[in-house]
Amino acid sequence: MSDELNHPDFPVPDELQGAVTVTTLDRIYNWSRRSSVMPMVFGLACCAIEMICAAASRFDISRFGMEVFRATPRQSDLMIVSGTVTKKMVPQIVRLYNQMPEPKYVIAMGACASGGGPFKEGYNVVSGIDKYLPVDVYVPGCPPTPQALLYGLIKLQEKIDKQSISQVPWYQPGGNEAVPIPVLGPDIMDPRQFEMIRRETAVEA
Amino acid sequence: MVAPSKPITQDLTERFPGAVSKDTRPGYEGYIVSANKLTEVATAIRDEYGYEYLASVTGVDYIADGKLEVVYHASKMSGGASLNFKVQAPRDGEPEIPSLVGVWQGADFQEREVYDLYGLRFSGHPDLRRILMWEEFEGWPMRKDWKEVYYEQDAKPFKTRWPEGSVYRIEEKNRFNKNVRYPKGFDPRSFKSDGDEKLYALMRGEHLPEHQRINTDEIIVNMGPQHPSTHGVFRVVVKLDGESVVDLKPVMGYLHRNHEKIGERNTWLMNMPYTDRLDYLSGMGNNHGYALAVEKLIGSKVPERAEYLRVLMVELNRIANHLWAIGFLINDLGAFQTPMLYLAKQRELILDIFEATAGSRMMCNYMRFGGVVRDLPSRIRDEDTLDFITDLVAERLPAALDEIETLLTFNEIIRTRSIGVGVLPAKQAINGSAAGPLLRASGVPYDLRRADPYSIYDRLDFKVCTRPNGDVYDRYLVRIDEMRESIKILKQVLRDMPASGAIMDGESKYTHKVPNGESYGRVENPKGELGYYVVSNGAPNPYRYHVRAPSFINLTMLGDLCKGHKVADIVVILGSIDIVLGEVDR
Repeated sequence: MSDELNHPDFPVPDELQGAVTVTTLDRIYNWSRRSSVMPMVFGLACCAIEMICAAASRFDISRFGMEVFRATPRQSDLMIVSGTVTKKMVPQIVRLYNQMPEPKYVIAMGACASGGGPFKEGYNVVSGIDKYLPVDVYVPGCPPTPQALLYGLIKLQEKIDKQSISQVPWYQPGGNEAVPIPVLGPDIMDPRQFEMIRRETAVEA
Repeated sequence: MVAPSKPITQDLTERFPGAVSKDTRPGYEGYIVSANKLTEVATAIRDEYGYEYLASVTGVDYIADGKLEVVYHASKMSGGASLNFKVQAPRDGEPEIPSLVGVWQGADFQEREVYDLYGLRFSGHPDLRRILMWEEFEGWPMRKDWKEVYYEQDAKPFKTRWPEGSVYRIEEKNRFNKNVRYPKGFDPRSFKSDGDEKLYALMRGEHLPEHQRINTDEIIVNMGPQHPSTHGVFRVVVKLDGESVVDLKPVMGYLHRNHEKIGERNTWLMNMPYTDRLDYLSGMGNNHGYALAVEKLIGSKVPERAEYLRVLMVELNRIANHLWAIGFLINDLGAFQTPMLYLAKQRELILDIFEATAGSRMMCNYMRFGGVVRDLPSRIRDEDTLDFITDLVAERLPAALDEIETLLTFNEIIRTRSIGVGVLPAKQAINGSAAGPLLRASGVPYDLRRADPYSIYDRLDFKVCTRPNGDVYDRYLVRIDEMRESIKILKQVLRDMPASGAIMDGESKYTHKVPNGESYGRVENPKGELGYYVVSNGAPNPYRYHVRAPSFINLTMLGDLCKGHKVADIVVILGSIDIVLGEVDR
């Protein structure tokens, strides 16, 4: 058993070293989650190619326990938004996110997913996935190298390590609300802004 | 291939007096055809003049003249320059010109794109729906008077980039804090989207008379846009009878990143890094095509060493792309991951060369108008550069190809799954504007490097690889053959490349004076003919910047290829066409 689980406050007697671990619930809960993050097979654009390279032989994402890419959102913990988010695609992305079971994390990989990137001004481009989904880690680059993505994943593991089972939102009452799915109208419409859209367009009329 | 019964030397203007006139605007070439004679003229161009391949269709908005123009480029399969002809329609009202789908199947998606982006209708088009944007989208985005939400100025660099020494996010200036805008008086609560009802109705055959509709247990299934085998955000709507495909329609636009609109705001040079992101597996080739198009207008002379460096990079890129394409084709065939990893290993070594030379693995941004931006570095991965490249080209890649062939070419499962699947006859391949390995696997020896040689390809010894059957297996074999030919080219390049010399025509510049006119630059990219149609009005930014994307046009035939096959074959056929969504949707 790994030494990293041992809690510094509870020393294990010498004769039981390697056989017994005394740890906290948080620590083993987080340790098991961080070591088996399953990302979703979800490629949007150029960054997806670098994501595949990160999973391929040279960079080998499985060193972090993340090689099990799942093709369905219902089995995955992590959504790597790898590429430009377009208005036409964002309803599907939100729908996929809603289908993922808690605990779930989002990595915005690359400039486009983080803030629109070089295509930000485009009429079909969403300026960053964080306009719709909560993002845990932003990985800069266009596209980020596989090394950069791995660094982002390590940062995500650090974030998981800091969570506490008593405070994580998915065990709180009412903590698991779905993100409303945007609607494709004359332009993309966020249901959370319906009132505002109505007010703003009416004022001008 | 329809050979013209007798060679016609008569000029188009004499053949169709009154209907066709020469384009006399300075810097322009080709013909202007009057809309009511278009079908007739196009048929003559195809059958009598021998231009049987419609390379590109695109629109241009000449707002000052109040005209929308559609530009066609047609090519001869025997090679030579392309013929360009245009049709004009008034901008106002509901402009309409005849559709050419009846003459060239390849016009199908391209006309839909012109309709989607310019609002120009094509009468007689069998399925005129928006293709990149969704049906309810407000406005015709590529028109010059249509402004994006984040519009700042007509041309870059924007003056607002650093106002009074501070930066702001443009979202903060938008009321919705998002990249959106709604028409006046719009009420989202009463808005009802019909979704894709129009498309589904078409698939159900509701436009057909009652007696032609067949009511069986056919079901309509969506595959994508989030699907592990669609190579990105691509969607197909399939009508199934049991497990057999009865009808199939591709739906795209999920990665429409507005290259062309952004490209018309950028300065000429600023578009170079954007081209990398079109077909993001072959950035070098994309750079090359754009550089050629603009160099034609500027008239720059590329130094010898730069030409060799370009070809070196482009051919390495071709190998990298085909390795990836084959890896994913095998992936789609069910050999999950392992063969792909073998091929990705070799691709990484090519990416090392790109990274050491251009600074980035995929988005190389390597070429400039009149040359390349950097010379080769002295060392790559602690080895002498030329030793590294020579070793890769002469030893590693041939060995890797032999390994692939041993493992895959005579593999029983691969042969059973791919031989006779997705057959594209040569005639349809030409008529449908198929390009690249898709066209050559159907037995058509058309490769722009030979048909209309650019750069130094006329000096290089290589053969155009074809295969006769036009099925998935032949497309795989053509890619293997092409990699071997690329290795042959690379060996010649390494042998003949001048050891030193200039790599730029004159000084490297940020702004270029591009004379008025139009230009169509095309290269044989790994996916097929990549063309750039650019129009300059003398401003620092292009007036029109259009990409003729091979992946996009190759999809025109996808429905026909898949009909009659099983669902599992769709992904294989799609994999064998080798699309990249960045280029399909742009």
